[in-house]
Amino acid sequence: MAAEAEVTGEHIKAAESVFNVPGTFMQIPKLMRYQFSVYLQSRRFYAMISIIVVIGALLSVVVAHFRPSFINNNLAFYGSLFAGAIPVVIVLAAVFFGGDAIAGEFQNRTGYFLMSVPIRRATIYVAKYIAAFLASLAIMALYVVILLINGVYYFGSNAFPWQLGLSFVLSIAYLAAVLGTTFLFSSLFKTSAYGFVMTVVLFLFGFSLLEDLMSLVVKMEPWMVISYASGVMGDVFSSNIHWGFTGLTTTLTTRGPGGAIFRSTSYTPGVGEGVLIMLAYFIITAIVGLFRFERQEFS
Amino acid sequence: MTSSSSIVMDGLTKRFGQLTALDHLDLKLEGSKCVGFLGPNGAGKTTALKLLSDMIFPTEGECFINGISVQEERKKALAEVGLLIETPEIYPSLTPREALGMIADLRGVPHSEWNARIETVLSEVKMMEWADKKVGSFSKGMKQRINIAASLVHDPEIVILDEPATGLDPRGMAEVRDIVRSLKKRNRLIFMSSHILQEVTDVCDEIALIDKGKLLLYDTLANTIARFSDAGAQSTVDAGLSRPLDSQGEGKLKTSGDIVSFESVEPTRLRITFKGGMKGQEKLLQSLVAMDIGIVSLSGRANALEDIYLQQIGRGD
Ligand SMILES: Nc1ncnc2c1ncn2[C@@H]1O[C@H](COP(=O)(O)OP(=O)(O)O)[C@@H](O)[C@H]1O
Ligand SMILES: [Mg+2]
Repeated sequence: MAAEAEVTGEHIKAAESVFNVPGTFMQIPKLMRYQFSVYLQSRRFYAMISIIVVIGALLSVVVAHFRPSFINNNLAFYGSLFAGAIPVVIVLAAVFFGGDAIAGEFQNRTGYFLMSVPIRRATIYVAKYIAAFLASLAIMALYVVILLINGVYYFGSNAFPWQLGLSFVLSIAYLAAVLGTTFLFSSLFKTSAYGFVMTVVLFLFGFSLLEDLMSLVVKMEPWMVISYASGVMGDVFSSNIHWGFTGLTTTLTTRGPGGAIFRSTSYTPGVGEGVLIMLAYFIITAIVGLFRFERQEFS
Repeated sequence: MTSSSSIVMDGLTKRFGQLTALDHLDLKLEGSKCVGFLGPNGAGKTTALKLLSDMIFPTEGECFINGISVQEERKKALAEVGLLIETPEIYPSLTPREALGMIADLRGVPHSEWNARIETVLSEVKMMEWADKKVGSFSKGMKQRINIAASLVHDPEIVILDEPATGLDPRGMAEVRDIVRSLKKRNRLIFMSSHILQEVTDVCDEIALIDKGKLLLYDTLANTIARFSDAGAQSTVDAGLSRPLDSQGEGKLKTSGDIVSFESVEPTRLRITFKGGMKGQEKLLQSLVAMDIGIVSLSGRANALEDIYLQQIGRGD
């Protein structure tokens, strides 16, 4: 060995690395592909598919058996079964795929593996977000397919209302917002469970509680609450859609027993307003989450 | 050609609350060699290497790789570096081939070269037959082998290894040393932490000794031994003999000016105490040979260093 070192000379520099590290915008799709395939192979993905298939099967059987009135009206049918269910599908998917997306990298120590390459922290965050987004979208698509099969059974294959398309687009905006928020939570803690619990609690009760408190107690439009904005997914199926960027305030006056007057105010988001709120959630949570992750230590 | 590889730590300090895990570490490594980063558990080795790879942020100070600030440009600074910090985990559903493919992909290794590179490094860590099994079922040692392979998949110019032998059996440890030797032959700059003295003295050219967050010394292996084996201090070596010592030989030993004392540990093994550090050891060996008592070996270098290690980190055992 010593002889060899002499022959090669003392100051031969290590070979210049011939590989050039790809730019950040090239690394994002590269990493995203691996993250997505990790999702596709995960137990959670199959659990999620099973849940959707079970829900879809139950729904098909129950509707076919009890024949509720909405099976006579395609708009009402899709309104109930798409807009009524897709927010839950979205929240479930976000929890499954995003609940520990960032925290898990710390807790499972897989982040240490990723961080050994020349990559920005932001690249990891963004690539994981896109992968989780696509995995969630796949789950949503599965639900839609089951729904459409039922729809075709009751209304034929050319009775898809445009409202369904619009609602689907809105649901994608909602997914972006929910997943953004979930990622933010998961970046706040290094323990996976906290992110899960926060997301579940907030999206399944917290936000709607807040929404009710604001509209019923404070009596103001709860425009800053995401669940309020998500109402537009269902509202577009109504007969007079409230477009626009401001909320609609409806005050109902009712006379109760003994002549007492009850005034109740309800608010409906404009479709444009709903989209704006959802986008704002997406952008703000993305910025805060990215900033947070940039400052996060792998220790 | 650019200047040679370098790792520079400049006043690197890291505090975790009250605890100063790393205290103004100044260290400059340059060229192609293997530097052992030696210190007991909790000395601050991992902390320093995490700072060096931007996994954590310094309280004070900065570090540079090939002149590029790690804190300001992580991506650029780590481009030529192979890193293994603590014991990372790989997504359990990936196979080694997929996991290394991901690293190669992110590092810009052309797709056409993936297979060759991946198979080269997997063979180096003796994991080729596991290339297509899911990592989830691997033992700790097997995972660590894949981690080592991952740090080498792009044939880096600088290799930073944090206790690479963690979780490996003795054979695995020896294989790690072989890998490091082969990296040295290819003129890489290797910075390897360890709390095991033997691991460092076996393959490293230089030693950076750290304890309680402070750098105690940084020098070549030979200088370190020489520096601490000063003339006044006594050292002990074991001498192996081809035949039991007879009374004539015993007499020669007793009258030799180079020997302070000696005892027979076994019939053919003597423990000899002498003075004068490395120079003294040189003289001792010469006179032992001249005595014609059947001397076949002299061992004690690692012991000398062990003494230094223990003495420097202030521990009795
Ligand atoms: N995230 C952390 N929070 C608090 N203390 C830490 C953290 N990481 C390391 N330490 C402390 O810093 C000291 C140095 O740790 P480390 O660098 O891991 O030592 P080594 O790698 O040399 O064994 C230890 O006392 C350890 O407990
Ligand atoms: Mg350590």
